[in-house]
Amino acid sequence: MSMKPRDEAQLSEAIAMAKGPLRIVGNGSRGVHCEGEELSTSAMCGISLYEPGALTIVAAAGTPLAEIEAVLAAENQRLPFEPMDHRGLLGTNGAPTIGGVVAANISGPRRVQAGACRDSLIGVRFVDGRGDILKNGGRVMKNVTGYDLVKLMAGAHGTLGVISEVAFKVLPDVETSASVVLHGLSNVQAVAAMAVALGSAYEVSGAAYDSGRTLLRLEGFTESVAYRATRLQALLAPFGEAEIEADPVKVSEVWQGLRDVVPFHEIQGNVWRISVKPTDAPQVVAGLGADATMLDWGGGLIWALMSQGVDVRAKMGAVRGHATLVRGTDFARFQPEVGPLVSITARLRAQFDPRGILNAGLMG
Amino acid sequence: MEMPTPDAAILAKKAQIVARLQSVLPNGAVISDAAQTKAYECDALSAYRCPPLCAVLPTDTAEVSAVLKICHDMGVPVVPRGAGTSLAGGALPTADSVILGVARMSDVLETDYDNRIIRVQSGRTNLSVTGAVEEEGFFYAPDPSSQLACAIAGNIAMNSGGAHCLKYGVTTNNLLGVVMVLMDGSVVEVGGAHLDAGGLDFLGLICGSEGQLGVVTEATLKILPKPEGARPVLIGFDSNEVAGACVSDIIKAGVLPVAIEFMDRPCIEATEAFAHAGYPECEALLIVEVEGSDAEIDAQLKVITGIARRHKPVELRESKSEEESAKIWLGRKSAFGAMGQINDYMCLDGTIPVTELPYVLRRIGELSIEYGLGVGNVFHAGDGNMHPLILYDANKPGDLEKCEAFGADVLRLCVEVGGCLTGEHGVGVEKRDLMVDQFNAVDLEAQLRVKDVFDPKWLLNPAKVFPLDASVSRRAGQ
Repeated sequence: MSMKPRDEAQLSEAIAMAKGPLRIVGNGSRGVHCEGEELSTSAMCGISLYEPGALTIVAAAGTPLAEIEAVLAAENQRLPFEPMDHRGLLGTNGAPTIGGVVAANISGPRRVQAGACRDSLIGVRFVDGRGDILKNGGRVMKNVTGYDLVKLMAGAHGTLGVISEVAFKVLPDVETSASVVLHGLSNVQAVAAMAVALGSAYEVSGAAYDSGRTLLRLEGFTESVAYRATRLQALLAPFGEAEIEADPVKVSEVWQGLRDVVPFHEIQGNVWRISVKPTDAPQVVAGLGADATMLDWGGGLIWALMSQGVDVRAKMGAVRGHATLVRGTDFARFQPEVGPLVSITARLRAQFDPRGILNAGLMG
Repeated sequence: MEMPTPDAAILAKKAQIVARLQSVLPNGAVISDAAQTKAYECDALSAYRCPPLCAVLPTDTAEVSAVLKICHDMGVPVVPRGAGTSLAGGALPTADSVILGVARMSDVLETDYDNRIIRVQSGRTNLSVTGAVEEEGFFYAPDPSSQLACAIAGNIAMNSGGAHCLKYGVTTNNLLGVVMVLMDGSVVEVGGAHLDAGGLDFLGLICGSEGQLGVVTEATLKILPKPEGARPVLIGFDSNEVAGACVSDIIKAGVLPVAIEFMDRPCIEATEAFAHAGYPECEALLIVEVEGSDAEIDAQLKVITGIARRHKPVELRESKSEEESAKIWLGRKSAFGAMGQINDYMCLDGTIPVTELPYVLRRIGELSIEYGLGVGNVFHAGDGNMHPLILYDANKPGDLEKCEAFGADVLRLCVEVGGCLTGEHGVGVEKRDLMVDQFNAVDLEAQLRVKDVFDPKWLLNPAKVFPLDASVSRRAGQ
């Protein structure tokens, strides 16, 4: 059984009255595992404000992501950060909610250009572990009034509070997109090629490497995309002859596949998401002994398919970064903090959730 | 502006405090002579002044750590200071506080073009970050007006923006990592050259925390490749409403300009008299800038001018050359200086939903008449961040207070229409007492508890951001 409060007041009551740990979910598509009675935000739905001329949308946490994307698409706008859909990878179902996207700070390939979910998030309302209803940020895109708890809530996975409402800065959708594709590069060459592309003035909005293909995405007005694709092709000539895929439908399919890590869907094994400095990616991959890897974010994000029981964190050595176990349960999902941040994290949690009942233990 | 009464016990211990600080810092890094501490008595909110107990100018993280540890042990408040350009009084000292200035920490520690990052000491000025990478065709995007002088440390503390943040975001969107010293002297590293820091988003929390959670000594910043080119168009309208509608239509059309700047008649007239930029006589003026190759710029400007024409502009001037571009920007860039020629002014910084622009400008006009003080509006229209400049005479008794009351009314108006008190300058002391207009007691308490975690004794910049009566019990806990 799951508690499904219909509004913020009911959410507050459910948390304040809770006798033990709560497992916070939207519709459960992100595969979060922890103990406790299930508390779902899925009944808190609806877009309360959408102003295309102000690039702003505000919605209740349980609003399906698909609904938000459809409403934005009707005005030729979109969420900038291209959130991944975890269902294929995790074998979950249920409509991903916008609150879940925020709680997990879900961002896709466009992160290299448009930032993460947290970069587009401009306001939150949430209920903390005491049952207090809190707000931070608002509905305007420039706001430095008080501490930025908006960012803190993004990616806190419900451990500091249960998000009830979110506000985003959105962006215009694009007229078309194209991929510039290099074939047959090693991952070392691929990372070098992606660095050249991302360091160019051609506004690359995706840089990924999968199965020997190095893919660079360009988006915008048709003539501009065509121009930049040709220029990028020339710039990348030292890496080989790049092919230009200009059919936006095919381009969209390919990038959706990369976003959702489709190549790993049908293969058994743990799936790790490793965040490193882009140029460290080849070295990390070499040390992993993975069954398969994919690179996104120019190398800054490594997707690794690993045998069960293999600890990726132990294999990263002195390389800075961190690894999240996205599919699998034989290690902690999140990499533990080190140094003084351990105690700061614990004390911060205690301030927002003194009883330690919100997704207890999920983030360590 | 009320500040806490200085702690007499600390004032009495000045000699000991100075001696201990001198013992951990190089010669000349502790400034305690009354003639010299005066240089630190205020920042760019110069209406308020108070020399600190002393000022220290450490050169690296270890020295900052040593200073904070001493102050922590002796219970001395510390006010961090970047370049002292805060318009909100973020670096205003109290008489019993130590100013910790990062001005001597300005080194570039690492540039890495393959990973598109630069690592700097936090005292480096904003513009000199770009200066360090521009030969390689890169730049650092946040561009506050004070960028020639302001330090990255202050940019991080206030989460500074600038004219180009519609496209590139503000400091928090361009900050990848920090080294920060906590009040007890411990050093934390958050993030780095990798895109996602693990765990909770401390980087997001630290950015914009106004020097109340720790002292940032090093920063890893995102650098971006410079666009091929940029060009503005200037559009004049005979009403604020029409200009506001034009902004909204440009955004809806799917073009994303790097900047959309808005000036109203009083501001246009003042800048014209001052800078002779050749602006048209009109009620409202927009400067819209786009980036890309020549052909891309032409295509975007075609869309923008097409929209503008539908709103019947009184003037539409497309730049055809570098010189014309510079001339279009000249008036906007000298707007503050121009207003300063007329009188003293106070610069506000509220943000509103773009759609409320016409209403808010009308109300500001009405308030201007009620208070009998002139006001010019210049702001970043794409993101609704307003900078009303209220004119007053500092030498006329009561005028500053009248100006502050006017300013407070305007900021309350911003909150009332769904906006906020400050878009990029920060709360500091200036807007501290208005926080209750934007946040209720529970919201504020949640923020106060965050400071409790990082600075349990409330020694770091303690009299800022929160109304004094909201923080009094914590500060008294010193």
